[in-house]
Amino acid sequence: MANEGIGAAVRRKEDARFLTGRANYTDDINRPGQLYMVLVRSPEAHAELVRIDTAAAEAADGVVAVFTGADLEADGVGGIPCAWAVDHEDGTPMAEPVHPVLAQGRVRHVGDPVVAVIAETKAQARAAAGLVDVEYQPVPAIADVAGAVESDAPQIWDEAPGNICFKFGIGDAEAVDAAFDGAAHVVTLDLVNNRLIPNAIEPRAAIGEFEPTSGEYTLYTTSQNPHVIRLLMGAFVLHIPEHKLRVIAPDVGGAFGSKIFHYAEEALVTWASGKLALPVKWTAERSESFMSDAHGRDHVTHAELALDDEGMFLALRTKTLANLGAYISTFGPAVPTYMHAVLFAGCYTTPVIRAVVHGVFTNTVPVDAYRGAGRPEATFMLERLVDIAARKLGMSRVEIRRKNFIKDFPYQTPVALEYDSGDYGGTLDVALELGSWNDFETRREEARARGKFRGIGLSTFIEACGAAPSALAGQLGARAGLFEVGQVRVHPTGSVTVFTGSHSHGQGHETAFAQIVCEALGMSVDQVDVVHGDTGRVPFGMGTYGSRSLAVGGSAIQKALEKIIAKGKKIAAHMMEASEGDVEFADGQFTVVGTDKSTTFGEVALTAYVPHDYPEGLEPGLDETAFYDPVNFTYPAGAHIAEVEIDPETGVVELVALSAADDVGRIINPMIVEGQMHGGMAQGVGQALLEACRYDDDGQLLTGSYMNYTMPRATNFPFFATGHNITHCTHNPLGVKGVGEVGAIGVPAAVINAVVDALAHLGVEHVDMPATPEKVWRIIQDATA
Amino acid sequence: MENFEFHGPSTLDQALAAMGAAEDGKFMAGGQSLLPVMKLELAAPSDVISLAGIEALRGIEADGTTVTIGSAVTHAEVHESEAVRQAIPALADMAGGIGDPQVRNRGTIGGAVAHADPAADYPAALVGLGATVVTDRREISAEDFFQGMFDTPLEDDEIITAVRFPVPERAAYAKFANQASGYAIAGVMVASGDAGIRVAVTGAGSCVFRVTAMEEALAADFSAAALQGIAVDSGDLISEPDASAEYRAHLVSVMARRAVEACG
Ligand SMILES: Cc1cc2nc3c(=O)[nH]c(=O)nc-3n(C[C@H](O)[C@H](O)[C@H](O)COP(=O)(O)OP(=O)(O)OC[C@H]3O[C@@H](n4cnc5c(N)ncnc54)[C@H](O)[C@@H]3O)c2cc1C
Repeated sequence: MANEGIGAAVRRKEDARFLTGRANYTDDINRPGQLYMVLVRSPEAHAELVRIDTAAAEAADGVVAVFTGADLEADGVGGIPCAWAVDHEDGTPMAEPVHPVLAQGRVRHVGDPVVAVIAETKAQARAAAGLVDVEYQPVPAIADVAGAVESDAPQIWDEAPGNICFKFGIGDAEAVDAAFDGAAHVVTLDLVNNRLIPNAIEPRAAIGEFEPTSGEYTLYTTSQNPHVIRLLMGAFVLHIPEHKLRVIAPDVGGAFGSKIFHYAEEALVTWASGKLALPVKWTAERSESFMSDAHGRDHVTHAELALDDEGMFLALRTKTLANLGAYISTFGPAVPTYMHAVLFAGCYTTPVIRAVVHGVFTNTVPVDAYRGAGRPEATFMLERLVDIAARKLGMSRVEIRRKNFIKDFPYQTPVALEYDSGDYGGTLDVALELGSWNDFETRREEARARGKFRGIGLSTFIEACGAAPSALAGQLGARAGLFEVGQVRVHPTGSVTVFTGSHSHGQGHETAFAQIVCEALGMSVDQVDVVHGDTGRVPFGMGTYGSRSLAVGGSAIQKALEKIIAKGKKIAAHMMEASEGDVEFADGQFTVVGTDKSTTFGEVALTAYVPHDYPEGLEPGLDETAFYDPVNFTYPAGAHIAEVEIDPETGVVELVALSAADDVGRIINPMIVEGQMHGGMAQGVGQALLEACRYDDDGQLLTGSYMNYTMPRATNFPFFATGHNITHCTHNPLGVKGVGEVGAIGVPAAVINAVVDALAHLGVEHVDMPATPEKVWRIIQDATA
Repeated sequence: MENFEFHGPSTLDQALAAMGAAEDGKFMAGGQSLLPVMKLELAAPSDVISLAGIEALRGIEADGTTVTIGSAVTHAEVHESEAVRQAIPALADMAGGIGDPQVRNRGTIGGAVAHADPAADYPAALVGLGATVVTDRREISAEDFFQGMFDTPLEDDEIITAVRFPVPERAAYAKFANQASGYAIAGVMVASGDAGIRVAVTGAGSCVFRVTAMEEALAADFSAAALQGIAVDSGDLISEPDASAEYRAHLVSVMARRAVEACG
């Protein structure tokens, strides 16, 4: 049998169905008697709802029901809850306005759902939606995060004066100020972290179904975490007890964070299916995705770094305005705070750090986690600042980083996190080799001879993944635990079904998790099926986001496997008439130490289910569940290098090389790891060079389609080079750290550092993302004027 | 998208008859511009009459002095045509730079010309090369044809049957594409031949236009250097978040120079 255990590049089991069009996405599911929902969404960014006239829609062909916010309110439907509250620094709670499922009295962003029209066919629902007459009384709107905190800005919520949701702070302000006062050098930077639209290839969809005889609801939805949706929607919005609510997230076609959150449409179809006693389906159109999927990033930051004469970092001081959008999304407040500010040590020994983050309401789509979630923003700020410092002090960009690297682990940062392991210098060495850093200058000169500006850029960074130790998360405001659940069911003839609370929407869990089982029990991946995404089949789970699936979900499976082996030893000891302590298990065989007595895992499994001759007092069956709560975050780290060439005549930035060396912890499947790195790197390039969600001054979304929102395409990329320098996580049973987000976290800073390097001879210090042609052309014009 | 009647005629007469009978009919060639407009409900024709099955609208003919391309010929066919490449390589190159492979496999020259999108590539090719638009009832010179944004002299029931290009002595097309859409922000066709020296610009303004100052400079000295210092007035150009009028004006000069260089 080929080794399909940990470390083998096993081909993904799930790809056969994905590549042959046989996957089962939510929109592929059709329930008997199903109705279709279409939403009337606000075309206004900010307006009073004066009047909603649904009479014509109700009278239209095929229309079964038309619902407004008033119907939901009358039925006691709750607001969409926030799962992670962030207090003001003074301890008072954040402003937490109710986020209604359908707008109540006022709309607050373009795309805000106002009316739900339900009809027998989608075409009928669509036609009837066009007949709904909503009178809006527009009021001044603000989309820009910096503008929203100005004194004369339009107010979005009465309960959030100045549009402030929270004023978060972390770190010792006095110590930081003192360090700045005594510092030899201070570098400062004002930057924008551009707003992004996630654009999963599968638009969101949901089907609600109510079974009147049992009183059970089923929600099929495009979610990264069906149990979390069951909890949030069941407990807070629709008041359906968990045993009467099943949430199924079948095949999901990409998510990147945007399908973590509980959305209004899920509650609407579930609620309406109960009202109408028929299944109700909703599928987003692409233009709806643009204006209703939670967006990512959107920060404005002022950052300062103090250094001594030798280039050692003494202190970091930052202030960030983080756009939360019009409503608080599920994890909206946590992303710019506990996923962002606590990362500010990066891989450096900066002894004191002070970070202030204000969460700000604007008339835009809610902002929440998007691949990397807070950590790309942290890395971009830090790595830009480090480059500026290197230039100011006349040090090489490699040297200044090496000098400040953390070298001893565990390492307690001044911003709460404690890193368990890493080797930042070693990872940097791998990257410098991959990116041919040392002979770059000849390439720069060669390009200059062709009239092009060539630059190279580096970013070295850490991530905090594997969220999260529940107790710590609770102290920080999380309203749920962040453990994970794994169940390993060994069948009588020895094959295995694994039930995991993680959710795969492109990550390849069905293969990687099977490999963990293969490694432990000595079997092949085709003997192991992985079930996920169904609260009716999986005991519990917190889902997939923040690169947590393997570190937390995989660890839960490993813990369950340990229980399986422990029980198997008891059975094997009885079968072989040995004492349990003398039984060892390896390569699928139980053996009695020091003898040639052995029995196979399959025989033990069969005995567990046919317990004719069985240890006294032991339960039959071989089916174990483990809840795993991590003791710490994991800390993947990387060094990424980008090389660009700029056409000074047009401002076009061509990415000519991109290399990533990462410490992702122990690797279960190197092929999947490489795929995850490539995908993240592509998104990192997207943020750095191409993607910009823009609103105009009136809050209209200017980039609401692919005609004006630039998605990266294959032609935007060179071949990527990837490498590793692995250290194991010291506190989870697999030694794994996480790889889902590395590319998106490290790459934007590396690319922009390369762009700035290419323009440095003109005195350019900073370029905001995305570095689009006209922006770069203007910077060159201004610098050469 | 609203419901509509679909017609698949195999002759021009059938197509015209279907249009005559329709309340609010639309011809469809590749559907690459019409269908997006219908999906956005900016158009809701009662009848869609496909031109794709009409043999008379297909085929490319070249006779040494002219190249005639049937209106239902796709961008991919123009790009890959040996006859076009031999006679007017700039046209084959231009067609290969439209959209993406899917768009090029469906979209047609007739559709592109009839649609008259100000950011489309063909208008620069037609005006730059001095082409003639041939319809079921008349011939219209390219310069008379493109009258403004999506604005042409075509009657509602008029069908473009072909586009006829004179073969130039030399020509080249240089395009600066919008990163998101792939359409031209500034696309410049430079050609010299029987139609004189022409510099035609698409994407930058609300309609394709010629740059007389550049044409005169090139007539005196057909070289990139001759264009030095000649710029179009940004006041006449489109401004968008991705590309301001000032930037477009600059790009027109850069693309014009690159096109001249590519003429060899
Ligand atoms: C993603 C995408 C990217 C694109 N990128 C580019 C680009 O980079 N450059 C570019 O130039 N174009 C681009 N296009 C447009 C593309 O070239 C279209 O194919 C073209 O504009 C229309 O051709 P069609 O055959 O699809 O016409 P259709 O969409 O079928 O028709 C367009 C219009 O022309 C009319 N029409 C069609 N044929 C005739 C005829 N024979 N006589 C009279 N009227 C007719 C129709 O009634 C309709 O009003 C892009 C399109 C897409 C979808």
